[in-house]
Amino acid sequence: MLEVHDLTTSYGAVRALSEVSFAAPSGQVTAVLGANGAGKTTLLRTISGLVRPRSGRVLLDDRDLTRTPTEQMAALGLSHVPEGRGVITELTVEENLRLGGLGAGRFRPADLDRVFALFPVLADRRRATAHVLSGGERQMLVIGRALMADPRVLLLDEPSLGLAPRVVAQIFALLRGLVTAEGLTVVLVEQNARSALSIADHGVVLNLGRLVVRAKASVLAADEQLRHAYLGF
Amino acid sequence: MQQLLNTLLTGLTLGMVYAAFALALVLIWRSTRIINFAQAPMAMITTYVALTVIDADYSYWVGFTAALLSGLVLGAAIERLVIRPVEGKPHINAVILTLGLFIVIHAVAALLFGSRYRSFPAPFGVRGFQVGEVNVALTGFGIFTIGSVVVVMLLLVALFRGTDLGLMMRAAAFNQEVARLLGVRVGRMFTLGWALAALVGSLSGLLIAGGSLVHPSYMDSAVVFGFVAAVLGGLDSPVGAVVGGLVLGVSLSFVSGYVGSELVALAALGILMVVLLLRPGGLFSHATPRRV
Ligand SMILES: Nc1ncnc2c1ncn2[C@@H]1O[C@H](COP(=O)(O)OP(=O)(O)O)[C@@H](O)[C@H]1O
Ligand SMILES: [Mg+2]
Repeated sequence: MLEVHDLTTSYGAVRALSEVSFAAPSGQVTAVLGANGAGKTTLLRTISGLVRPRSGRVLLDDRDLTRTPTEQMAALGLSHVPEGRGVITELTVEENLRLGGLGAGRFRPADLDRVFALFPVLADRRRATAHVLSGGERQMLVIGRALMADPRVLLLDEPSLGLAPRVVAQIFALLRGLVTAEGLTVVLVEQNARSALSIADHGVVLNLGRLVVRAKASVLAADEQLRHAYLGF
Repeated sequence: MQQLLNTLLTGLTLGMVYAAFALALVLIWRSTRIINFAQAPMAMITTYVALTVIDADYSYWVGFTAALLSGLVLGAAIERLVIRPVEGKPHINAVILTLGLFIVIHAVAALLFGSRYRSFPAPFGVRGFQVGEVNVALTGFGIFTIGSVVVVMLLLVALFRGTDLGLMMRAAAFNQEVARLLGVRVGRMFTLGWALAALVGSLSGLLIAGGSLVHPSYMDSAVVFGFVAAVLGGLDSPVGAVVGGLVLGVSLSFVSGYVGSELVALAALGILMVVLLLRPGGLFSHATPRRV
């Protein structure tokens, strides 16, 4: 289980997160929703140590990660797929995947086969430079790369951004499958609230850096007032 | 015919030295976006290390190895002690620090080793040979120059393309933040990158010094030619640096042999301008834009 307690993060004088607390239960999908600029990306970047919080704590299965260097997160079981996907376009598909295992200190060829089985399009292009992949393929690559580290918790920042609805549905279905089959814990940041809630178990809503709602996904999706106020559908 | 051949051979030998120096600049530029102006004095000081070892009656090869190893250590130390503290600040800060190092290393060398000219040995003959009627200007030391740079390049290719460590170094160079998220120790990769660059720079220092004279400024013109070679190749591409070095070496050799040696510096500038007009990104520029 991933927990954050009273997390506050500022960029200079701009406060991007104010005392945010929530828990992402193991083996479930927690959607983090909210408008552009609400602080969703900042939340994930604070969890993985790319920005340091003013105050508050981050716990992974009761281990305090608040001051842990980003470089150590993957080996500790926390994988973060950043906004804009983070494919290293100069490397090949296979090199990107290998890196996912190497960085976490556990590269195994069997993991590579597993990812290729999950995403056959990547197997076909394993020696191609990642630069040539389509948006959907890039998203598959970064999810596959994160899986190479065998994470307990997967942080995804707007995976649907710029993808066709059909591709989004395919990737979300696959994610849901992984969660069910392997007990993966997913924190899914999305502006596309409708799609995210369709596969999430829980949802939290950020507004101007504050956590304003915490509820079951089905409850959120059904609450018309809330949808209008924060989720835009 | 003889002059053409010899001009070409001289150019290739010289080009290999520029290539090595350019490669040292590119290795640092592509991972950290810093032009290391201290590369020339760093190579100068490691050549003095070799000279000191050789003067203490050890063989040329012991001195050669000592220079390369001290290059590794010096590169790593400079990254850790000088560059690391300004990491995350604008790149210009680090560039200005390397300019400061340029002056400091010069001063240290003058203090430690004196500023007079001293002769530096070459491990092989510096005379050409005769094939029938033709005098070939390829010397034993010239062959060694080309061979040693080629070997170092092949080793670097093997490291970067063939090993896990090389993959992690490339990842850190291409995308620091993503590499960090994946668990790559980016700081260590940069230290290693500086160390390797300084090693390659040291090699170019030894090759320029071989059979010639050294003094604290003997490498300073190399920084100009090495920089031109690196920019010719596109600054981002190790292969480009090598090709840029060879193009520059051969062109300058022809200018010097057929036009006049006093025009060499001007010709280097001319070549640079022509290439940058035709291909603003350099000969080996990538089409893909990159985050800096
Ligand atoms: N690097 C930064 N420097 C300064 N302000 C930032 C930076 N990144 C984000 N912000 C600000 O923090 C707030 C939250 O941004 P962000 O976390 O990117 O929101 P979201 O991902 O929900 O769109 C915004 O007001 C944004 O302008
Ligand atoms: Mg965002």
